[in-house]
Amino acid sequence: MNFSPAPLHIPDGFLTIVVSAIFWLITIVMVGLAVSKTNRSLGEKQIPIMGVMAAFIFAAQMLNFPIAGGTSGHFLGGTLAAIVLGPWAGILVMTAVVGIQALLFQDGGLLVMGANIFNMGILTAVIGYGLYRLVIHQKKGIRLAVAGGGAWIATMAAALFASLELWLSGTTRLEIVLPAMLGVHALIGLGEALITVAALAYIEQTRPDLLNLDNSAREGGWGWIVSGVVISLLAVLISPLASGNPDGLEKIASDLGFLGSGLDAPFQILPDYSIPFLGDTAISTILAGAVGAIVLIGLVVLLGRNLHRQKSD
Amino acid sequence: MHVDVFDQYHFTPSRVHDLDPRVKVLITVLFILSNALLPDGSWPAFALAWLLLLVANDQSGLGLGFTFKRSVVALPFTLVAVSAIFSPQGSPLAVWDLGFITLIPTDLGLIRFFSIVVRSWLSVQIAILLVATTQFPDLLHALEHLRLPRTLTTIIAFLFRYLFVLTNEVFRILRAREARSAGLPGVKGGGKLSWQIKTTGSMVGQLFLRSYERSDRIYQSMISRGYIGHIRTLNPHYMERQDWLYLFVFILFLVIIQFVGWVS
Amino acid sequence: MPVKHKSLFEIQIPECEGDILQIQDLHFSYPDGHQALRGIDLSVCEGEKVALVGPNGAGKSTLMLHLNGILGDNSPVSVAGLAVDKENLSMIRALVGLVFQNPDDQLFSPTVFDDVAFGPLHMGLPEEVVYKRVEKALADVHMKDFGDRLSHHLSMGQKKRISIATVLAMQPHILVLDEPSAGLDPRARRSLINFLKGLPITMLVSTHDLRMVEDIFPRMVIMDEGKIVADGSSRDLLQDEKLLEAHGLETPHLSNQH
Repeated sequence: MNFSPAPLHIPDGFLTIVVSAIFWLITIVMVGLAVSKTNRSLGEKQIPIMGVMAAFIFAAQMLNFPIAGGTSGHFLGGTLAAIVLGPWAGILVMTAVVGIQALLFQDGGLLVMGANIFNMGILTAVIGYGLYRLVIHQKKGIRLAVAGGGAWIATMAAALFASLELWLSGTTRLEIVLPAMLGVHALIGLGEALITVAALAYIEQTRPDLLNLDNSAREGGWGWIVSGVVISLLAVLISPLASGNPDGLEKIASDLGFLGSGLDAPFQILPDYSIPFLGDTAISTILAGAVGAIVLIGLVVLLGRNLHRQKSD
Repeated sequence: MHVDVFDQYHFTPSRVHDLDPRVKVLITVLFILSNALLPDGSWPAFALAWLLLLVANDQSGLGLGFTFKRSVVALPFTLVAVSAIFSPQGSPLAVWDLGFITLIPTDLGLIRFFSIVVRSWLSVQIAILLVATTQFPDLLHALEHLRLPRTLTTIIAFLFRYLFVLTNEVFRILRAREARSAGLPGVKGGGKLSWQIKTTGSMVGQLFLRSYERSDRIYQSMISRGYIGHIRTLNPHYMERQDWLYLFVFILFLVIIQFVGWVS
Repeated sequence: MPVKHKSLFEIQIPECEGDILQIQDLHFSYPDGHQALRGIDLSVCEGEKVALVGPNGAGKSTLMLHLNGILGDNSPVSVAGLAVDKENLSMIRALVGLVFQNPDDQLFSPTVFDDVAFGPLHMGLPEEVVYKRVEKALADVHMKDFGDRLSHHLSMGQKKRISIATVLAMQPHILVLDEPSAGLDPRARRSLINFLKGLPITMLVSTHDLRMVEDIFPRMVIMDEGKIVADGSSRDLLQDEKLLEAHGLETPHLSNQH
């Protein structure tokens, strides 16, 4: 079996202790919550299901598809797992997948695993499930569209956070890594979105009982919806801001005390520094802003519809 | 990389293989932590860490260059760190004007870059040594003893067992796809991209359903053997004197490395 | 740090009065409405070896799942005089060793040891007993030194044997096997048949392998469309070409005809 390391699996040595520790902390809290939630709310049947589903995600990641320029993207699966199994089980499944990839294949590091689990398991579950949960009572077409959109945003958010973590660690320059990561993952995320939609459509067609809507609706709806929407918005807003104007983000980070002293505060923008296509050009900023605005409007409309529906119930 | 790639090394008898898996997990994590703690550019300390790694390689009976040879997989990621070379702090070493971009490598940037590369290279190697000398079930037991939640270790155990079964299933699906992907000479085959993605999507859906149905059967086979919600396993591992000794000596070495790193 | 488990219950096998397995008028429909069993009557005596044959979808597997209380408790099934209901469930599952058709479903643990120990551990047996049981079960299926092996490294024939060991370790009184010879090459099949032949335990085995039936099982039950259509001596039933053909079975070239 050939295993191609994905750009999202950060190896050891690339993140500082502080950044690793922060993300481990978040991850431990979330995974701990997930363990206690799944223990409490799901039957004993859930253990083998989550186990085999983890193997399924792992295996499905081997199905690659060509993207532009001769490279190929592969499926990540976090959004699909969260939608089908529920967010907590989805987080556990992705944690197991990221863990085994690091342990068995050295695809991603151990000390930085907290960050990797956060990027690929927790963000995708919160965004993918949160957005999907928003439209769970809508028509099939809308649900699938939102699932696809969620998968795309989740992939972008994972790339965004990976870039930010690398940058905060002083490993890379934001104005280089961010456009590159977001650019590549805009395409990978497209594949992710289409596969997620196709897979969901297939499942809904053959075994609609597995997407048991009442069942998943029980799992604390509003918390997920709000965090999903908020984090998506953050990701959507930060991305263009950061790629168009990295100085701004750098200033925020150093104001917050992240970029302290010495080598950990390495980068200032060279005045004549610019990157074609995705860098500090007016067009890319406008483009990114436009995409952000569209997503924003979409989310607000959906939220409004949902609130309306809840009221009329 | 083949899924079973390290299985063949598990049966070489050696002191490292015999160590309690908990000790090996701890040593691995501490070593990676120690590398991360070392300041940039502490080359003597990095060299000592590498020496420690070589000794561990040697003790494992797998050969001095064992982990080195297998660690190149991790190198492509260093591309990400290349931009660290152009850190504006430190004194410029050169000015490269590439037309659309001006790059100024600096001494501190260079030190930063190579420190990252060395750290990640060392860390990957010890992780390779860990899986090459420890059977995965033992690794799982170690994690259980180190208080990882049972739910999580159980999921990982299932994942380990079924990733082989399911990847084989994926191979069969892919082979079936390839067998029907005939190309006529001079015709660009493969269909449209959208069609390909849709096909991949239904493959994923199909794989999902098969996996789900399998988990149903596994559940039946579990309850027919008395499962009522809590997985029990026997995982007897006892720390012996030699285990404590190895752990102690290794930590001592790491302390020395840290000392060298921060003093020099 | 060995983990100590409390013993949930001590197994005390009740005296078998007459038949060890009794089923009276068992009906079952799946939630999707498919009616799988339409009135099954069956009794099996202690020590008997019974083959269950019939086309796919006849309800054989569904019937087998009932023997262990997996589908629907409160069914009109009794094992060693115990009704299959919620109260007796753990006991029933210790008495009836159910081996699924696909060993990849039966062997779900990373190592062979873990899998064979699963049943005894979940019966609440003390550790020392579990070790002994595992050792004995593996020796019984002639796979003595395989405890540390990883399940995914085994061949199909080995997996089938280990699957049987996983229930033998629970020391059941009835062994229920779903298509044990399916997917085996001739040599592995032959060795499995010889092994089953020598196993001194009550057996109910579903199969399409009529030559194996002739070889091991004196009694044969034919199922079709959720009903038992014939129940009798294998030797007689296997001669009845019309009956076999009517239920999608092929007459084997029996060795006694040559």
